[in-house]
Amino acid sequence: MSGAAQEKNNDIATEAVNSGPLKRLNSGVVSGPDLISNEKSGGVTSGSIKSNAMAATISMASSHRVQAIGVGILSLGFGILMWHFATLYNFNYFINFENVPSPLTVGGAFISHLGDAEFYKHILVSMRRILFAYCLAVLLGVTVGLLVGRSRLARAAVLPYIEVIRPIPAVAWIPLAILMWPTEESSIVYITFLGALFPIILNTIHGVEETPEVLVRAALSLGAKKFEVFWHVVLPAALPSIAAGLSIGMGISWFSLLAGEIISGQYGIGYFTWDAYSMINYPDIVVGMLIIGGLGTLSTYLIGVLMRPALRWKNFQR
Amino acid sequence: MVAGVVSMQEKSLLKVRAAQEGQGRIEIDGVSIVFGSGATATTAVQETSVSISPGEFVCILGPSGCGKSTLLNSVAGYVTPSSGRVLVDDELVTEPGPDRGMVFQQYSLFPWKTVHQNIAFGPRRAGYTKTECGAIANTFLSMIGLSKIADSYPGELSGGMQQRVGIARALANYPRVLLMDEPFGALDAQTRLMMQESLLSIWSEFGITVLFVTHDVDEAIFLADRILIMSASPGSVIADLKVGLERPRLPEMATAPEAVELKKKCLASIRAQSLKAFEEVRR
Repeated sequence: MSGAAQEKNNDIATEAVNSGPLKRLNSGVVSGPDLISNEKSGGVTSGSIKSNAMAATISMASSHRVQAIGVGILSLGFGILMWHFATLYNFNYFINFENVPSPLTVGGAFISHLGDAEFYKHILVSMRRILFAYCLAVLLGVTVGLLVGRSRLARAAVLPYIEVIRPIPAVAWIPLAILMWPTEESSIVYITFLGALFPIILNTIHGVEETPEVLVRAALSLGAKKFEVFWHVVLPAALPSIAAGLSIGMGISWFSLLAGEIISGQYGIGYFTWDAYSMINYPDIVVGMLIIGGLGTLSTYLIGVLMRPALRWKNFQR
Repeated sequence: MVAGVVSMQEKSLLKVRAAQEGQGRIEIDGVSIVFGSGATATTAVQETSVSISPGEFVCILGPSGCGKSTLLNSVAGYVTPSSGRVLVDDELVTEPGPDRGMVFQQYSLFPWKTVHQNIAFGPRRAGYTKTECGAIANTFLSMIGLSKIADSYPGELSGGMQQRVGIARALANYPRVLLMDEPFGALDAQTRLMMQESLLSIWSEFGITVLFVTHDVDEAIFLADRILIMSASPGSVIADLKVGLERPRLPEMATAPEAVELKKKCLASIRAQSLKAFEEVRR
């Protein structure tokens, strides 16, 4: 390893020992060299100097961050203002804003819904469908992905299905799903499930294939049985990729759910949005859209939070 | 030095468990290893027989691609010989197992497990309880002088530290032999020297048989009791040199007349091989 890389490692070690920028500034000098004292690397002094420099970099990074958030808020505010003016002056040049509700009207409509039980029911029904369909997709997707990634036989048997069905968008399944499934509810759940399934399967397969062979060999030489190699090596190695698949899958399952709800059903936030259009209740269209966006973001964020403890080690990867 | 504070009790545990007299004989008996079949078949190792005594430190030295790692892998059990057989203490090697500790060139610690969990992994598979595994891991951590970083993840460690943990992890299974595949190849020169000294002191503490693959002549001379020089295409052992340098080995010994003489021999032997391979390519 080159000297520079060595120093970088020392920095990483230093960073991990201390937490918080302030603590890093004060104690980085002490514990940095302490950690590497067993290594005759000659990086003792340069390590401590560098950790000071790094603390400075971190405070700079946080000020960058504040700046980015500020600019983001300003930019968003500007967009809403433009929307406001476009509706105020009935902008109509190629794109027509005459029937678009203004931000204030939408805000008012949203507030008026807050006391409306029906509104919550729409949201809850959608969330219930997502929860059920998504959990099913995760269970099946990860299992199939692990099997296909690790077993040649499973791969040969399952891959043709994936190749044939994957390119068909979940939305294209709607007519057939309505014909196949006994209830509207089950056909919507099926479409939502299908949307989430393929990204999860494909990312799991990819993750399994990326497992470093040397780690499998190491586990075998330490006495691990086949199943233990799977549990202790293959699954954790695939986890970052699986996590990516779970996020993508969540996004697509919302997309599919909405499509399903617009076309059939009496409840759900997609139905709410489409119904608002049919009833010429235009502010509610935008309310529905914003709720959909918010729920999508929230659920993807939740997936990230749930996966974080299992991926903590990734923070220390070079 | 075996660094760190090893208490008397721990020390006796190490001795009792590890250095079982007369264990760790490796018998490589007429082993050939052929990859592929038909027209595309390549012979990686050609009819090689080597016998290694318990407690011996043997280096396999050779240019890259000469099949030295493949030969090591046949002892580890990752590669099955096309003919011949490998015996460790009269037991036929058929698959990888914890009785043969393996240290790799690439960092092979499980990045999602802490240092402590990495070392405890083998004992856990062997059926020790969690508490026992914890104690074993602590013993080996203090042996390599890294008790402080027990709860760190491998990604936080320097290359040298990772390899020390790798050695401790292999030893925590109390193997009969330690197989090392260019373990210090990726380290910088200073760290490598420090690792070599540290390995020698661990070896003398344990009295374990070590089979060590390297392409570095100095490293082989510094570490080994015996150097096996391998030739390329097809790989076979062409020289078996005894290293007469006294122990404990010191870095200064590299310039001793005997070491220099040995180095000349090794280099000449390797050079002849490389020339032969070069000629063959030209033909």
